[in-house]
Amino acid sequence: MKRLFAVCLTAAAAMLGTSTVSAEILISTAGPMTGQYASFGEQMKRGAEMAVRDINAKGGVLGQKLELTIGDDACDPKQAVAVANKFVSQGVQFVAGHFCSGSSIPASKVYSEENVLQISPASTNPKLTDEGDANVFRVCGRDDQQGIVAGEFLATKYGSKKIAILHDKTAYGKGLADETKKALNGAGISEAMYEAYTAGEKDYSALVSKMKQAGVDVFYLGGYHTEAGLMIRQAREQSYNVQLVSGDALVTDEFWKITGNSGAGTLMTFSPDPRKNPNAAPVVKKFRDTGYEPEGYTLYTYGAIQAWAQAAERAGTTNTQRVIRALRAGQFDTVLGKIGFDNKGDVTAPGYVWYEWKGGTYDYVSN
Amino acid sequence: MGYLLQQLINGITLGMIYGLIAIGYTMVYGIIGMINFAHGELFMIAAFISIISFLVLGLAGIGWVPVALLIVLAATMLLTSVYGWALERVAYRPLRHSPRLAALITAIGMSIFLQNYVQLLQGARIKPLQPVISGGFQFFTDGKFTVTLSYLQILIAVLTVALMLVFTWVINRTALGRSQRACQQDLKMASLVGVNVDRTISLTFVIGASLASVAGLMFLLLYGVIDFFIGFLAGIKAFTAAVLGGIGSIPGAMLGGLLIGLIEALWSAYFTVEYKDVAAFSILVLVLVFRPTGLLGKPDIEKV
Repeated sequence: MKRLFAVCLTAAAAMLGTSTVSAEILISTAGPMTGQYASFGEQMKRGAEMAVRDINAKGGVLGQKLELTIGDDACDPKQAVAVANKFVSQGVQFVAGHFCSGSSIPASKVYSEENVLQISPASTNPKLTDEGDANVFRVCGRDDQQGIVAGEFLATKYGSKKIAILHDKTAYGKGLADETKKALNGAGISEAMYEAYTAGEKDYSALVSKMKQAGVDVFYLGGYHTEAGLMIRQAREQSYNVQLVSGDALVTDEFWKITGNSGAGTLMTFSPDPRKNPNAAPVVKKFRDTGYEPEGYTLYTYGAIQAWAQAAERAGTTNTQRVIRALRAGQFDTVLGKIGFDNKGDVTAPGYVWYEWKGGTYDYVSN
Repeated sequence: MGYLLQQLINGITLGMIYGLIAIGYTMVYGIIGMINFAHGELFMIAAFISIISFLVLGLAGIGWVPVALLIVLAATMLLTSVYGWALERVAYRPLRHSPRLAALITAIGMSIFLQNYVQLLQGARIKPLQPVISGGFQFFTDGKFTVTLSYLQILIAVLTVALMLVFTWVINRTALGRSQRACQQDLKMASLVGVNVDRTISLTFVIGASLASVAGLMFLLLYGVIDFFIGFLAGIKAFTAAVLGGIGSIPGAMLGGLLIGLIEALWSAYFTVEYKDVAAFSILVLVLVFRPTGLLGKPDIEKV
């Protein structure tokens, strides 16, 4: 038994040894690869795989090939920390993740202790960079920006109507709903209803009836696409024509698969669509050639890896502290356009614009 | 008034689905005294079988809704029953005479196994189905609130009541029902007087699974979105319903299901939605404090 144990130990040590000694640079992406938000995990995985393939085709970073490992946090904070620890033990240099703010924030503590660089393509909760250490960056916007855009829009367009604000009690959903509420109240308008629901359920008919009874004309939802889709579908079944306004967690075609035509007219905020960026055209074409539409956060993940690769080239090393300095100092040519980072690690790119769902896809609101 | 009526409709619809699942828990407990925690997964598997059947029928070009529904219902009941039977045969029968804890852990294990099995086979992403039956009645317009009762909700109510009637008849009037009641009273004695205990228990699982399969189909039609995890939440709620109604009592399971559905809807209607589960479980605790065997449960008589 003792001998068997010794053999196992040696084997484990040998495996650890090979992963640290290898000439490749190990990077990773992490997000909800399973669970109800798995469609976003797929966006990140596709974006990261394509980015690594393209960078390796051009000779890698600092002459070394990149190797990608993928972590599944299922948008669960506990699992996110486990994934982060696993990455650290594998010797990952850079993480393009996570997706949910509720996962990114706890994982970022692990990365900062272990000196790993993190660039989130999607987590918008302000706390991520406000409270995060120097190693935390993001290429997406912040919910306080998004909330201001949403709150002001609600105030000007629906100021005379009854507005409800709902959230799903997650770091992302509640954060966004509260920022929106703040901006709306700042404009001198108070909401008619403020409610929290539980994500993962399927029956929201009682909540929908409640909004109908209160005469709510438009509801703002801080939450993800599954619940948003179910609510709008159940509202239409009760022949209740309420307007849904929401945030960037609706950018997946799964939203439309749930709602069908009842999702038409839904408004949401999201960063300017990188697919329309001329720099991104060749990459977008490559995705479409493989039969995949690079929607939502696909190109954001791609861009995060590009920014890191360019910063590492400029720093001349993958040493985290030196890459951080390079990221702060420079501008980077990515599929997201020319981007830079401020001292907190937030991206200095344009903020949020309005999209409308129509005929199975989303596009800029035409005014 | 219209609002209250609408919330009652919402609550009863949800409650009927909980009730149909709860019967499966309560029946198995009544006969072999174990909680079949994998029962919620049978409901989930039924929803997947239903969605696959709808897709196959769509490909085959059978579009007339009543026929399509009947075929899907039959296919789902049949296949889910096979799952229910296999579950008992593979996982529970070998442990029939081992301590109760072993059977309980096996049930939890089977629940995790079935969840992962569906996740691996069907993927982790949600599976949407476009509405099969749409439209409904609108009535009771009191100025601003119009009550909507969809055809689907009527169908669910009719189907549930019909199933309950058939089921009550089976339990009270048939040979199978008689053996089930005998097993419920005393498993060993029943086998001594010639009841085929193994067969009765197998059939109990089959009946429980087919009721859960109807619930799965109704859930799919009603909400149009399923994933591999729906069995967990529905299972917990249905188990709560079974305990509330008195575990072991079949009318109790249906009553418990309706109550849980109504409490959730009415609490959401007049108080904050955030605490609806707190409300449902608080009422469960209160009922158990005053009636430890649930609303319709019979107290255990100590045999001396």
